[in-house]
Amino acid sequence: MRRLVSGIVGLAALLAGCATTNQDNSSRLNLIKNRNELICGVSGKIPGFSFLKSDGSYQGLDVDICKAFAAAIIGDSEKIQYRPLTAAERFTAIKTGEIDLLSRNTTFTLSRDSSGGNGLTFAPVVFHDGQGLMVKKESKISSLKDLANKSICVGSGTTTEQNINDAFESASLPYTPIKYQDLNQVVAGYLQGRCSAMTSDRSQLAAARSGFKNPKEHIILDDVLSKEPLAPASDGQDQKLADAMRWVIFSLISAEEQGITKSNIDEKVQIAKKNPQLKPLRRFLGIDGGLGEKIGLSNDFVVKVISSTGNYGEIYERHLGQNSEVPIPRGQNHLYSKGGVQISPPFN
Amino acid sequence: MKINQKIFLQLGISFIFFGLIGILINNLTINLIRTGLGFNFSWLFKPASFALAEYPLPYTSSDSYAWALFIGWLNSLKVVISSLILATLLGTLIGFARTGKNSLLRLISAGYITIIRQTPLLLQLMFWYFVGFLGLKDNMFIQIKNIFNISNQGIEFSGLTFSSEFLALLLGLSIFTSAYIAEVIRGGILSVSQGQWEAFRSLGLAERKGLIRIILPQALPAIIPGLTSQYLNLAKNSTLAIAVGYSDIYAINDTIINQTGRAIECFIILLVSFLLLNLLITNTMEIINKLILKSRKYS
Repeated sequence: MRRLVSGIVGLAALLAGCATTNQDNSSRLNLIKNRNELICGVSGKIPGFSFLKSDGSYQGLDVDICKAFAAAIIGDSEKIQYRPLTAAERFTAIKTGEIDLLSRNTTFTLSRDSSGGNGLTFAPVVFHDGQGLMVKKESKISSLKDLANKSICVGSGTTTEQNINDAFESASLPYTPIKYQDLNQVVAGYLQGRCSAMTSDRSQLAAARSGFKNPKEHIILDDVLSKEPLAPASDGQDQKLADAMRWVIFSLISAEEQGITKSNIDEKVQIAKKNPQLKPLRRFLGIDGGLGEKIGLSNDFVVKVISSTGNYGEIYERHLGQNSEVPIPRGQNHLYSKGGVQISPPFN
Repeated sequence: MKINQKIFLQLGISFIFFGLIGILINNLTINLIRTGLGFNFSWLFKPASFALAEYPLPYTSSDSYAWALFIGWLNSLKVVISSLILATLLGTLIGFARTGKNSLLRLISAGYITIIRQTPLLLQLMFWYFVGFLGLKDNMFIQIKNIFNISNQGIEFSGLTFSSEFLALLLGLSIFTSAYIAEVIRGGILSVSQGQWEAFRSLGLAERKGLIRIILPQALPAIIPGLTSQYLNLAKNSTLAIAVGYSDIYAINDTIINQTGRAIECFIILLVSFLLLNLLITNTMEIINKLILKSRKYS
């Protein structure tokens, strides 16, 4: 009899436990604030974007985007729990709520964005990339045609896999894809000579090559197989979180447009406070207008973001600039005023 | 315990059991509705638009997801059945060596079993693939009159090509499972009473002949159940194919989940396909077991 009673008590406890999990249909924004910690999905394996350093910290452009979100939502860019995810795990992690948002070299596509597809929503693009092919210099391969009937190492479960197929099929070239689950294996397969070429986003190829013994013996072909706009993502049903994310990214770009940097942000705030006629600047920095509140953040979220990560240009220079470990020419990622495509809508 | 108390207990247990299942299904349904997913299998018939490195039946990227999954299942079946045969042969030989009279062979087989059983399978697969097969450099490849070709692309043998990925998986799975099978065989042989050995020796039968004709048939009923569970393990372990780039059903499922976002449906398909594969193995072994028991009765 005692066993029965304890069983019923256990079941009741279970039922009570389950009942609470299905509540809370409101935004994750509140959840993050209450938790006082942002759970950010990253890759952890791509130098320049998100890479685990020897001291155990994560570094890179994607990581700084997480920091900007944490600074805006919680007010502290260090209150982040990073979750390293594989390409295959990442969307399930968002949909199940294991992570709050994803900042992991994810290509913005229609099927991922749509409710009939992966059901996500994307923040503005933080890096415009394109898929490329890397071959050994000694192989004398110079274009897609030279790769006919050859093996190509590719990461599985990514748009990469689909793009390489589209490119070869439309050129009627036969090829053999050798698929691996993560980029390190793709690199190992390529370096060991299993494949004549490896394919990935050009930024990832450059990052991988920086770790090779003789980077100069490998060339990235001129053929660009796809547009790969990489953007942070979150659950498509959470409009509030998506809005907040969108405008945090725009604030980084807008700050660069206005020449506001990590080092001069305090000065700019003082100037804005003293000069009531500088209306756009006052709105941007949250002194007037109450823009932050409209997206569920504090009015001065821009100040918090810029003073912890700097503007978009500073983040780019830090991780992908000329003096970084993974230099990638800024190209399309310049501001529109400098020949690129990065632009922010107005903060009105 | 009184009878009505017993009934009460039974009722309680079944209530808890069905309650738990109910909660799980309820949770799944609620979450599917919440995330706007809901079950749907119509995507199965859309074109897969990815290529595969190996396919036992014709396949192009314009074939459907369902066909791609079936090809993956066949790829799994191919590697499972071939490593099942290889592992059984290897395991039996090692099991014999382990129980034999030759002390050098006994030592070697004990060492083999120890090393293979104490290291993770994933590590062994990576070793066979990245160090073993891909380590074969182009200048090292062995070629015999265009009949037999070994390079880091795989093995070509009179018109048949086996990729490095398939071979690494085949070898890794076979060697790993053979160590366990050897122990099962040894256990079976040891379960036959010492008197049987003495009996055939006293009749003047040779050692090998006695082992095969007298000891093994008596050991089989003890060996078969252990063997079946090793075969099932082998089938499940074949999903580690993803680590060495072989397109088995798990790897293809992985790609499809990413392209369609249909994780739950894909996992259900995966579960069902492994259930089918393992039921096939279990039933075959059951039939073999029955045949053995039957033949023993009338002998």
